[in-house]
Amino acid sequence: MTYNYFPGCSLKGLGRAYEESLLPVMRHLGVEMAELDDWNCCGATAYMSVDEHMACVLAARNLALAEKAGPQDLVTPCSACYLVLNKTKHYIKDSPEINATVQRGLGAIGLSFSGKTAVRHPLDVLVHDVGLDVIKEKVVRPLKGLKVAPYYGCQVVRPYATFDDAWNPTTMDRLLKTLGAEVVHYPLKTKCCGASLTGTVPEAGLRLTYILLKEAVRRGADVIATICPLCQFNLDAYHDQVEKRWGPARIPTVYFTQLMGLAFGLPVEQLGLNRNFVPMKPLPEVPAPA
Amino acid sequence: MDITRRVRFEAERVRGFGKEIMAVPGCERLFSCIQCGTCSGTCPLSVYMEHSPRQIMALVRADFKDEVLRSNSIWLCASCYDCTVECPRQIRITDIMYALKQRAILEGVYPKHFPIPILAKEFAAMVRRKGRITETLLVMRLFMKANWRAVLSSWRQGLGLIRTGRFVLRQEHIERRDELTAMLAAAGNGTGKTKETP
Amino acid sequence: MKNNYSNGEVRVGFYVCHCGHNIAGMVDCPAVAYYISRLPGVVVSRDYKYMCSDPGQELIKQDIKEHGLNRVVVASCSPLLHEHTFRHAVEAAGLNPFFFQMVNIREHGSWVHTDRAAATDKAMALSRAAVNRVRFHRPLETTRVPIHPDVLVVGGGIAGIHAALTMANGGKKVFLVERDPSIGGHMAKFDKTFPTLDCAACILTPKMSAVRSHENITLWTYSEVVKVEGYVGNYVVTVKRKPRYVNEELCIGCQECINACIFKEAKFPDEFNVGLSKRKPVYIPFPQAVPQAVVIDPMRCLHFKTGKCKQTCVEACGDRHAIDLNQKEELVQIKVGNIVVATGFKLFDAKRIPQYGYGLYPNVVTSIELERLVTSSGPTGGHVVLNNGRTPQSVAFVLCVGSRDHKTNRWCSRTCCMHSMKLAQLVREHTGADVTVFYLDIRAPGKGCEEFYDKSLKDGIQFVRGRVAEVTDWAVTPEEEGKLVVRVEDTLAGLVRRIPVDMIVLAVGMEPQADSQDVRRLFNMSCGTEGWFLEKHPKMAPVSTFTDGVFIAGCCQGPKDIPDSIAQAGAAAAEAMALIDRGYIEQEPNTAYIVEEDCSGCKSCVPLCPYTAITFDEAKGKASINAALCKGCGTCVAACPSGSIRQHLFEDDEIFSEIEGVLAHA
Repeated sequence: MTYNYFPGCSLKGLGRAYEESLLPVMRHLGVEMAELDDWNCCGATAYMSVDEHMACVLAARNLALAEKAGPQDLVTPCSACYLVLNKTKHYIKDSPEINATVQRGLGAIGLSFSGKTAVRHPLDVLVHDVGLDVIKEKVVRPLKGLKVAPYYGCQVVRPYATFDDAWNPTTMDRLLKTLGAEVVHYPLKTKCCGASLTGTVPEAGLRLTYILLKEAVRRGADVIATICPLCQFNLDAYHDQVEKRWGPARIPTVYFTQLMGLAFGLPVEQLGLNRNFVPMKPLPEVPAPA
Repeated sequence: MDITRRVRFEAERVRGFGKEIMAVPGCERLFSCIQCGTCSGTCPLSVYMEHSPRQIMALVRADFKDEVLRSNSIWLCASCYDCTVECPRQIRITDIMYALKQRAILEGVYPKHFPIPILAKEFAAMVRRKGRITETLLVMRLFMKANWRAVLSSWRQGLGLIRTGRFVLRQEHIERRDELTAMLAAAGNGTGKTKETP
Repeated sequence: MKNNYSNGEVRVGFYVCHCGHNIAGMVDCPAVAYYISRLPGVVVSRDYKYMCSDPGQELIKQDIKEHGLNRVVVASCSPLLHEHTFRHAVEAAGLNPFFFQMVNIREHGSWVHTDRAAATDKAMALSRAAVNRVRFHRPLETTRVPIHPDVLVVGGGIAGIHAALTMANGGKKVFLVERDPSIGGHMAKFDKTFPTLDCAACILTPKMSAVRSHENITLWTYSEVVKVEGYVGNYVVTVKRKPRYVNEELCIGCQECINACIFKEAKFPDEFNVGLSKRKPVYIPFPQAVPQAVVIDPMRCLHFKTGKCKQTCVEACGDRHAIDLNQKEELVQIKVGNIVVATGFKLFDAKRIPQYGYGLYPNVVTSIELERLVTSSGPTGGHVVLNNGRTPQSVAFVLCVGSRDHKTNRWCSRTCCMHSMKLAQLVREHTGADVTVFYLDIRAPGKGCEEFYDKSLKDGIQFVRGRVAEVTDWAVTPEEEGKLVVRVEDTLAGLVRRIPVDMIVLAVGMEPQADSQDVRRLFNMSCGTEGWFLEKHPKMAPVSTFTDGVFIAGCCQGPKDIPDSIAQAGAAAAEAMALIDRGYIEQEPNTAYIVEEDCSGCKSCVPLCPYTAITFDEAKGKASINAALCKGCGTCVAACPSGSIRQHLFEDDEIFSEIEGVLAHA
């Protein structure tokens, strides 16, 4: 299996642990991820606040590059990139105005986008393309006794609920069960983490983060599994501020791919677990990360 | 005790504003709003907003442009899309919020050092220059322009980032930057609606 | 049969109506009249202010007599409005009414033009076409079809019951067919009804008994209609009678068999109590069931599942011998003249909105479940309790669940506001709990309903205007621990609120029955975009359908409350009885007919007819059209490869001449 791979800016910066765990896991499963040549920033939520036409043009360049690179699906791990690329696809199809702008821009640099390239999330690819059976076979260290709260965040299921239910997604729940973990009932699994508001308007943004952390602790989870680099950052890097404002709610947050790596017995040092502010507690037979 | 006269006159309405927002792709169904309040009920940020999302919809329909663009509501929208998915009239409220953000930035209607629009504009500018963003550099620029004192209060987080190796200072960029410039220029370089340089 | 050919010469009278300002405002009527007067064969050509008025019609009649007209054309409004009027006038003057042609220069002319010249031009073209055509009209007769006096009522809810009783009281023989083992429908499940707070059972059961004992009503419960053949006045209906394994005539409803059943404990979900209690395989639907006879469910009964049962029920029945485990399904055919369909509604499945927690959290119930809890003959003896047996101290009513929502059902279900307020009042009365109603709008039309709303407010029920976004089980403050939290924007107060409650009641909306598409095809009915059975005209004919002889009443036509259901049932009964008492129905002769010699027997037409009016005679090798069923849609006429199917009033020469008339004008 081959996929085009769009990492997004965050996976090279604050979210590098995501890429560090995703790529080895994919390799281990025999999935080839070809990083898109000279990809540009998708624009995320910020560019959309400035000009939606230009935001679509920026995102479309990546779609066009992916189409040029081959018919395989484009996989993007960051939820914001996932949303923006899908949204751009929809806008190009539904709005003649935006389509015209995009084609003009792409045409000027010798690119075009026919709308065919599918934009997928690695969670979707792993569970639905690779399959839970294949994943189960690769599990050498079942995550027995580890209570995980599956946290999806918002942008991977809303507004385009392409591979799972928008209100109660279960793709990650099923994956975690396959890895041997105990999945905690976590009703806030799609509630917003605060996004960039945690930095710009902390009194509001961090409150959202706090609620997620508190409830995960209350439900008895040992760790929160997440699929988005901004969610991971918010849930991981603001514990001091959260504690100062509202009280303690300490619980580690890792990427689901890091848990997969642990279950597959991949070398722990290479999974980026040392990049956590709040480290995950050691599993019985698993050596704790440095 | 605040005694202020608060009657709203028709002269304050900017006729056609509601229709203008409706014409933005994705915002077509604004006029179907029955003011049920589901959007506000589900919005995690509505408790911080000056005007609830529902009130913003009502104000936009009624063409009260100034009040809407000056409200903190449009900036507090985290675009989690809960409202869009729950709305019984399937109005794309999040996209309307984006449209309002764009107009507020264009008209420069927000407090001087307010971080959210500054972040959006810095983000856009960095993308146009380099093709990619480097988060740490972006945040530093944000601090400088919005609230340099915040750098001091974030020192612990900064250290944490350095310790965990997530404090990347090397500027990410694409190779074919001229391609990016050419593409944006051909596309229209901003549809005349925005001032993209900060 | 009137024949005014006057030696084969066609003498046309043409009239163009001003319709006040409606037509004359955009069409130059005198000009049109003048233009037509110049055409060959036109003897009289006039324009007049209101042709449909008495003087207008007199004009036509006079001219027919004085000028020996044998064809009449009127250019005015839509034939749907006045074709009948003018045909009548023509007939009164001694001419065959089908020597008349109407031209629509209002809906098709003045009302859709903004340019006077263009409108007048079109009026001239259309009028010329009609004058051309009318010379080819043949004299036709309406046919009369006799009406069988018996009636079938499908559905034994309050609408079906009322329709059946009304017609039976009028001396008609009525077959009442109900799918469930007892009549009563949804109303039998209610406790008190709004706005009077009458006890539902008290007002319903007398009607149910009346049905049982009425000499003119044949009550078939646990039965379904499986086939309908024929046409208005002459329907042949096949009814499937499901075996209840109990002889209705012999069973006295003593319920000894239920007591004696091999299942000591009731194990299976009780349908009447919407799953809130259990029943045995042998059961009676509810205490006031009509017929008062027991049913045995073969899917649950040990005898039917394993063949090995002591049959203690048969033993307990003793000398009465009412239980007959060998009973078989029966197909019975009946002949009726009219059918009243009153098949009711079903409730929206609250699981489709997971945000409200139905099926996920305990103590989230639907309105019908609460109805059963509140009823003294219900599973909890009328006590409103939580799943832990305690009385709730706070209850939230969530309105518009599944209604007014583009993601589920777009329509308003009309009764839930009143229904919820009623339940709110009853809950408050039974428990003294804090009750809050979360609404979008309070819809309380109807007599006594605004007063009911007032009473609800005075009773201390809190009303919060805001559509509930979600119901959650995670707490933000200590007072929310262990409760269900409603997060909502109180839009009137302009506040986002979190309100913890013990119990949530979902006011689920009404939907068409699950098999409504199959049922409507059975009776040749249409349905609207929402799925409700379609009435002939939303204002002027709410209980008839496009199939003559088939009427609809009650919620199957659209959501409504009990008074409206009964009113519609009465209306349907009256319309059916009007047909029966007249004894015949007149058919418009615009039907298709087959010229047998030309029919090649290819059978292309047979499956095309949406009204199943075409049959194939194997012996003759020719198709044949039942004029009584034919609606004149023209599909078979257009499809027939040999051109052997023609249509009255739409013959080839008539159509071609019309086309020529338009082209000649251009």
